[in-house]
Amino acid sequence: MEHLLINHYETAAVILFGIGFLNLLLQNNLVKKVIGFGIMDSAVYLFLASQGYIVGRLAPILVGEVANAADYINPIPAGLVLTGIVVSVSVTAFSLALIQRLYQKYKTVNFDEIVQLARQKGDE
Amino acid sequence: MPFIYNFPFFSIFICMISGIVTPLLKNGKWAYRLSLFASGAGFVLSGILLGRIGPNNESFSFMMGHFPAPWGNELSVGPLEAVLATTVCLVMLMALLGGSRDIFEDVLPEKQKLYFIMMDEILAALLALTYTNDIFTAYVFIEISTIAACAIVMAKDSSDTMVATMRYLIMSLLGSGLVLIGIVLLYCITGHLLFPNLQLRVLDLASTGQYTMPLTVVVGLIVMGLGIKSAMFPFHLWLPPAHGSATTASSSVLSGLVVKGYIILMIRLFYKVFTIEVIRELRVTNMIFLFGLAGMIIGSVGAIKEGHIKRMLAYSSVAQLGYVFMGIGLGTDIGIVAACFQILVHACTKPMLFSCASALSAGRHHNKKLHALRGAAYENKLAGVGFTVGALSMIGIPLFAGFAAKVLFASATMAQPVKMWMTLLTLALSTVLNALYYIPAVTVLWSRPEEGEAGEKVLVHPAFAVSTVVFITAVFFLGICYQPVVTLIQNGLALL
Amino acid sequence: MSKMAKIKKEKQTAWQRFCAWVNGDTADRPLMPADPPAPRKTKTDKNKKQKTVSSRKEGIELNRFGSIYRICAVLIGVAVVTVLMVTVLQLPLFGSPDNPAVNEVVERYVEKGLEETGAVNMVAGMILDYRAFDTFGESSVLFLAVTCVTMLLMRDKNNTSKDEDLLTAREHVIEGYEEDIILTKIARLLIPCALVYGIYVVLNGHISPGGGFSGGTIMGSALILFAVSFGMIRMSRFFTYATFKKVTSCALLVYAASKAYSFFTGANHLESHIPLGTPGAILSSGLILILDICVGIVVACTMYGFYALFTKGEL
Repeated sequence: MEHLLINHYETAAVILFGIGFLNLLLQNNLVKKVIGFGIMDSAVYLFLASQGYIVGRLAPILVGEVANAADYINPIPAGLVLTGIVVSVSVTAFSLALIQRLYQKYKTVNFDEIVQLARQKGDE
Repeated sequence: MPFIYNFPFFSIFICMISGIVTPLLKNGKWAYRLSLFASGAGFVLSGILLGRIGPNNESFSFMMGHFPAPWGNELSVGPLEAVLATTVCLVMLMALLGGSRDIFEDVLPEKQKLYFIMMDEILAALLALTYTNDIFTAYVFIEISTIAACAIVMAKDSSDTMVATMRYLIMSLLGSGLVLIGIVLLYCITGHLLFPNLQLRVLDLASTGQYTMPLTVVVGLIVMGLGIKSAMFPFHLWLPPAHGSATTASSSVLSGLVVKGYIILMIRLFYKVFTIEVIRELRVTNMIFLFGLAGMIIGSVGAIKEGHIKRMLAYSSVAQLGYVFMGIGLGTDIGIVAACFQILVHACTKPMLFSCASALSAGRHHNKKLHALRGAAYENKLAGVGFTVGALSMIGIPLFAGFAAKVLFASATMAQPVKMWMTLLTLALSTVLNALYYIPAVTVLWSRPEEGEAGEKVLVHPAFAVSTVVFITAVFFLGICYQPVVTLIQNGLALL
Repeated sequence: MSKMAKIKKEKQTAWQRFCAWVNGDTADRPLMPADPPAPRKTKTDKNKKQKTVSSRKEGIELNRFGSIYRICAVLIGVAVVTVLMVTVLQLPLFGSPDNPAVNEVVERYVEKGLEETGAVNMVAGMILDYRAFDTFGESSVLFLAVTCVTMLLMRDKNNTSKDEDLLTAREHVIEGYEEDIILTKIARLLIPCALVYGIYVVLNGHISPGGGFSGGTIMGSALILFAVSFGMIRMSRFFTYATFKKVTSCALLVYAASKAYSFFTGANHLESHIPLGTPGAILSSGLILILDICVGIVVACTMYGFYALFTKGEL
């Protein structure tokens, strides 16, 4: 239990990941599905960012002349999070565009309804 | 360093740069030519590389920048990667040729350029997934291929494809989320992102018994994520609508290549990061084995029920991917060699089936229902022959490529008595099931059409003819002289 | 008694209303205000008689599949969370300097970063020099995303009806002679500031927090503000789809070319001949500055592109 409290960022990230995951799976509303995906990805970034932190050290921007590895936090997670964020922005834009098109066609954002309508159209 | 070692890097960059340049071109025709050039160049470069490192049995790593392994990105190349890359480029080229007429019919003229951007980037991503030596680069290129794959499904812009794309996108997002958190956990317990260093750390952890549980979770998450993306059995439901409704070239590329890209990455991760011994100890292979067996049966059953020829082929892809997973699930070197061989076989056969199927339906107003295609083979004999060859290969008739793959699978199981019986029984059952839907399809195609059913004679498009002939040759090549290819794969796997 | 029941009832409705509000679909405020009367209803009414049997059967099947799917999904979700939670229990402690992640890689990035890449900001040095291939892939993802959105939403005969065309034409006319004074005045004030700030963030990417992605987003927001306040017509005087294509493609080409150069020289152990400059100056750290500028341009165009495509379906 104590471990969970010390690793509270990771714990929170896992809970958020679960929330996002279930939303992505269970929501019928496509926009909410995308929101679920956003939550899931942000949870991963929270997790990753918390891996980089080291107590009592500086942000990885050089101060002064000589760099000592013991003074700065780990810069790698920051870079990975940056990459990840850009990827998730792109994917979100793509899915929202797709949803907009589906909405234009079927006038609903409920995926079950869309599937049913598409099936009816296929039958006719 | 020999100049030839630059070729993997060149082939990736040629594809990416062609994608970037494409918006500046005049129209879709030029974009098409540029894509052909990119995949052709990739094929030539990888072929030369294969000719050099295949016989010499050498492998090397290529620094992407000025910094070696734990610090900078790297590519790693061996015979296995070279074989796969050559096949990927060749299949891409032929799929573009075979589906070219449909692309220009299905995609709106002002959007054709954009379609070819996606094709270029998919090829770049597949090459990068085959060559990369860095797990985070792999993630970025997984995302590239996800987005581009969804885009080529929806390019046709009909209501079917939109819904199919949405489903595909949701499942892919799920898969990449799982892969990403797996990678993050792996980074957290090892502190590295490059394969060689990861492997050292993982072996270290496995021998000391530290972090065993997180390591298991990492393997589970990554396998599940990649499994979702490559339509492993319980997660296969998105595949038939997506592959069945897209335009021909998209279906070919998706079925033949994109799903394989993730499996190739999985195999490379198993060898280069987790090592196959650790994977076997964690018993992940048993899970994959069972899923593979189930996929073989469920996919075939789905195909039998289907009356739409392209969706039938898509279900057959699920079954064929089941074979690959079964091979990986055996957890032995020969099992994985068989899986790699099956990847090659399926990559050469399925695109041909897709392009022949749509060429056959072209004379029947693009009606892809099987009953509407009675006698269609007489209107386009080449497509009929191609479809027949592909179908016989899928069933596993001797001399065709599929037979060689099945023989390899059967001989790979000999060492494990329990898995042997399950594999042999499922192989036999799945062969029967395959025959149950491919034979009727072929019979329908070659039976004489009734009055009023016959469509008009179709002119054989030269590009389509080239692609079909190349694919038929490849199928017979893999079926008859498979031994050198298998040796090459074995050597490559030993060097991973 | 009855009073309590009433309160209870009211409470319940309040709770229900709250739930509905959380779900975003209250009765008086529909989710999509622009909902035109759904045409599909009439259609189903017409074919109702023939369809009822099959659709009911289908509906039951769908429902059964749906409930199985739901149960499986919940189980999988809970399992994933539990497993991850147990994993977190065994992970190295937060913020400790002895984490496995703090190793020779971090040491080299921090200690040699300035010397080898010329960037004071170690994150910039890492993503644009040590691990530049990732970042190139990432820019391609952005390029792909905007291409996909163009593919989906750019007006063509599949996704636009005649009414929509008329509507857009009318909006253009309105834009032509009516200008919102408050909006334009403030926009005139804000846009230059936003642009300059964006450029500052881009140019200082290797010295301070910031860089191509963040700076590009700021510049993109300035472009969006311009389009909102002055209208698409004035926007299209200097920024059309053609310029958009040229600018993004050229920026990405410069990016690809410079990265290809550095990869090629690096792998073949050649001298790269690119001066790193004095640390801390704007014109320093070799290729990183150029890459940041290219990324900034791509991101700015992409952000504006998303906005324009989502709202108008054109650039």
